[in-house]
Amino acid sequence: MTKNLRVKSSEYIDETNRISFKFNGKTYHGFKGDTLASALLANDVHLVGRSFKYHRPRGIMTSGSEEPNAIVQVNPGTNRTEPNVRATEVEIYEGLEASSQNCWPSVEFDIGGINNFLSPFFPAGFYYKTFMWPASFWEKYEFFIRHSAGLGKSPTTTDPDIYDHRTVHCDVLVVGAGISGIMAAKNAAKNNFKTLLVEEKNELGGSTIYENNEFNKIDNKAPSEWLKKEIEELKNIKNLEIKTRTSVAAYHQYNYLLARENLTDHLEAKDKTNKIRQRLLKIRAKKVILATGALERPLIFNNNDRPGIMLSSAIKKYSEFYGVACGSKNVFFTNNDSAYESAISLYNKGINVEAIIDIREQSESKIVKKVKEAGIKIYWSHSIVDTTGYKRLNSISIMKLSNDGASVTGSKISISCDCLGVAGGWTPAVHLYTQSGSKLKFDEEKKIFLPNQNTSEQISVGSCGGDFKIDEIIKNLNQKLKDTLNINETDLDSIKVEIDQENSKRNIWLLPSDKPLGKTKPFVDYQNDATAKDIKLALREGFRSIEHVKRYTTTGMGTDQGKLGNMHALGIIADTAGVKMGELGTTTFRPPYTPLTFGTIVGRNVGKFFDIFRKTPMNDWHVENKAEFENVGQWKRAWYYPINGETMHQAVQRESKAARESAGILDASTLGKIDIQGSDASEFLNRVYTNAWSKLAIGKCRYGLMLNEDGMVYDDGVTTRLGENHYIMTTTTGGAANVLGKLEDYLQTEWPELDVYLTSVTDHYATASLCGPNSKKILKKIIPDLDLSDENFPHMSFKESKIGNIQCRIMRISFTGEHSYEINVQASYGKDLWEKCMEAGQEFNITPYGTETMHLLRAEKGFIIVGQDTDGTMTPIDLQMDWIVSKKKYDFIGKRSLYRSDTMREDRKQLVGLLTEDPNEVLEEGAQIVSELNQSPIEMLGHVTSSYFSPNLNKSIALAVVRGGKDMMGKKLFVPMENKNINVTVANPVFYDKKNERLNA
Amino acid sequence: MFLINCPYCGERDQQEFKAGGEAHIERPKQPTELSDDEWAEYLFMRKNIKGVQFERWNHAHGCRKWFNMVRDTSNDEIKAIYKMGEKPPSQ
Repeated sequence: MTKNLRVKSSEYIDETNRISFKFNGKTYHGFKGDTLASALLANDVHLVGRSFKYHRPRGIMTSGSEEPNAIVQVNPGTNRTEPNVRATEVEIYEGLEASSQNCWPSVEFDIGGINNFLSPFFPAGFYYKTFMWPASFWEKYEFFIRHSAGLGKSPTTTDPDIYDHRTVHCDVLVVGAGISGIMAAKNAAKNNFKTLLVEEKNELGGSTIYENNEFNKIDNKAPSEWLKKEIEELKNIKNLEIKTRTSVAAYHQYNYLLARENLTDHLEAKDKTNKIRQRLLKIRAKKVILATGALERPLIFNNNDRPGIMLSSAIKKYSEFYGVACGSKNVFFTNNDSAYESAISLYNKGINVEAIIDIREQSESKIVKKVKEAGIKIYWSHSIVDTTGYKRLNSISIMKLSNDGASVTGSKISISCDCLGVAGGWTPAVHLYTQSGSKLKFDEEKKIFLPNQNTSEQISVGSCGGDFKIDEIIKNLNQKLKDTLNINETDLDSIKVEIDQENSKRNIWLLPSDKPLGKTKPFVDYQNDATAKDIKLALREGFRSIEHVKRYTTTGMGTDQGKLGNMHALGIIADTAGVKMGELGTTTFRPPYTPLTFGTIVGRNVGKFFDIFRKTPMNDWHVENKAEFENVGQWKRAWYYPINGETMHQAVQRESKAARESAGILDASTLGKIDIQGSDASEFLNRVYTNAWSKLAIGKCRYGLMLNEDGMVYDDGVTTRLGENHYIMTTTTGGAANVLGKLEDYLQTEWPELDVYLTSVTDHYATASLCGPNSKKILKKIIPDLDLSDENFPHMSFKESKIGNIQCRIMRISFTGEHSYEINVQASYGKDLWEKCMEAGQEFNITPYGTETMHLLRAEKGFIIVGQDTDGTMTPIDLQMDWIVSKKKYDFIGKRSLYRSDTMREDRKQLVGLLTEDPNEVLEEGAQIVSELNQSPIEMLGHVTSSYFSPNLNKSIALAVVRGGKDMMGKKLFVPMENKNINVTVANPVFYDKKNERLNA
Repeated sequence: MFLINCPYCGERDQQEFKAGGEAHIERPKQPTELSDDEWAEYLFMRKNIKGVQFERWNHAHGCRKWFNMVRDTSNDEIKAIYKMGEKPPSQ
């Protein structure tokens, strides 16, 4: 039968609500209000895990998120399983299952435990040193290392839970609901600041809520009683929102904080369904009050990691808050007064305290006297030199400390015990503070890092600001609140505090043993098994920067980020290297403060919401007609329309032939469309395009090429003059947003004198592009009244018309080289337009074609696609498009760069056509082009940019950029591939209908 | 994540904005008169200061207006924001 270590009823534990849960397959009982850790301790279970490297048995060490050892896999084997969860943070519920990690076959018998005995062979940097040689063996090493590393197991099935994001704005954000946080939030809210108080635990009050040191009084009450009344009053305060189970994970600049609100983790499985599990709060606060408290430090001595060795403050919390005794024979080991409070707390509940080992020479405070009166033996100036007990502590050995604290003397005394509380002083939790970019200063006397230079509107109050005694906390909090909230009085003005707390402390970072350091195991980082010896070794090997020592020894790198041992690591480095700790600095505390689930980070952006996509108004038709889609920017574009099980190649060949032989139709709605108006619109176009625009008649269209200021092609498209001061510009699908941004940039910053207004109308129009020799007949059927003769409606012109009652804009422009029309209607009529075209075109076998066929058809004509045939290093001259660059215009964007020595080089890469010797050989896009095969190294002349098998020419065609290609017409080159060399000939990039006769066919 | 006070819209989250590089580099009025070196100076040369820097920003997902910002690049403190065409504040 397991022992029951409940010592008294606690108001935070509901003993009427008995809960059963499983740990490592065995059923235990706890009560509502227990954490997994407190419930296990109540069942006398200390051994909960194995350490990372040596697989040493480890027990519960703390009562909070700083826990390094008790990390468990929750609900293993289910779709809600989660690794690396701290048992101290799991609230138990009926049906909870948890298991130990990093042990096989079980936590009681772990084969990896052999590493403990081999530990002399695993010094710091073991992996770096050992697995270097020979280099070719790395793959074999990696296999074993990967299998032996890692803590918990990631879930392998889909997460069943819902996650959410919420943006929160407040005047004052208070982080942490201990005594300081509660009083700060209360006073802020009372003074009309919209206040948010967040607390990572499920109860407010921090450690003061169970503070029953009889010598401390606030307004003549025990601090816990006084604080309970204050918490009660919070309910009636307006402007105050309180979020418990909410942990701030990151504190970014400008008071932008991310917090995780935990909503269902403490509920039974049946109550979790269809609820939001965790919510990421994105908080923007005008002022931030950090009241994150302090973490108790352990002491670093030989074998300080056995199950049963805990923080003194944790033992007190388990006893006072959870009503659990962590052991039946307790000993404390301390360098300050706080262990005495824990000892008295146990004593008052009738729990046996064997002794207190204190490294100080003495202390005269009332609490110490009280311990003496209770008959608890105190060993002054003593240190623990060793401990025994493999799976549970069973004894400690102590010796007298020398005056300098560097060695031990005298005879060894052995004390039998099953629980040891260590108290090494307090470390302010400044993690969030430094994340905000604010700077710390080391207090050499108190041996702590304190907030120093704030970079945003923030204050640190209570123990995270360096105040540990209640009277100091209240006094300094009061002043800080007045200053930061700019108020004259607070609730704290009239508070009377009596205390008996002494700050006397003796600080020794690494406690001596009777054995040399090489023979002892003083753990500094429990989770990563880094000992003081490893740190000293790193220093001997020449590491000096704290950041390097951290990475070399892995100190502070686990899921706990070294919340307990970092200060000791720094202290040991400083002592060994003979420098001051303040000069050493500290490692960077990076977000998240406590781990976040991926679900919380991603929120609702999962599945089809993972990335935004845009659909054209005709999208449903494409889906119904079994189109395959491709992503172009954010757009889903119809790629090709396979019928009867066609491959992509077969479909594209069919579509391409149909478009040239009869009629094809393309959904061109995704092209960017910018409406340009204003009296200087023509002048504006003159400046942004390479060609001239002033003389473009109303109702005419013109192709334009846009450069960057460096002379490189940026975008292209057809622009139509709708009126005297009105144009509509089209851009590439992917470039639309950037083009608009660039044009706005020039308008607002370089040419504010121009009267021009730009509006994106991409989403407002749907566009069907009708092409092929029968396109005219089809359009005639749809709009019988429109005169489609070449005289009235020639190539590169525009008509406004109506299809039934629907207003439409028709441009006779062509990207395929065929006679074609682009019909634009209001987006909501897009599908209707498309269906009308399909119906009218039925007798001509109108064939819908996708982007792939469009690319093939334009390649036959040698038309470029910006971004495919260009890559930001191509000028219009390189593209052999000199005809579009106006010589007469004084200036346009990029003009000057076309005359730079570099852009005028003859041997730049230039766009050419390529024909393969074997007409059936289709080149790979991206393939390299060379002129000599027997060179070493072989000189690359360029690469293939577009390549297709042309069904209309019945041969393979390609576009390529080739160094000096312009003057290579007819020259034979090679495309070397993995297994062969392909012979190609440089050709004119216009392969089809060189005289453009088909435009008017 | 900065909190940027758009001179037209007020305080907005950084994700609504796009950075546009160094400010107060005027496009030469007569580019064709410039030597290659002078043109390269305009085109390529940027100060990239560690410290107080004058920058252009665009409220791309808001009013689409461009404006200027004085920012200390060493600690990301935004020292001033002013409209295009306005004189930069003296330091």
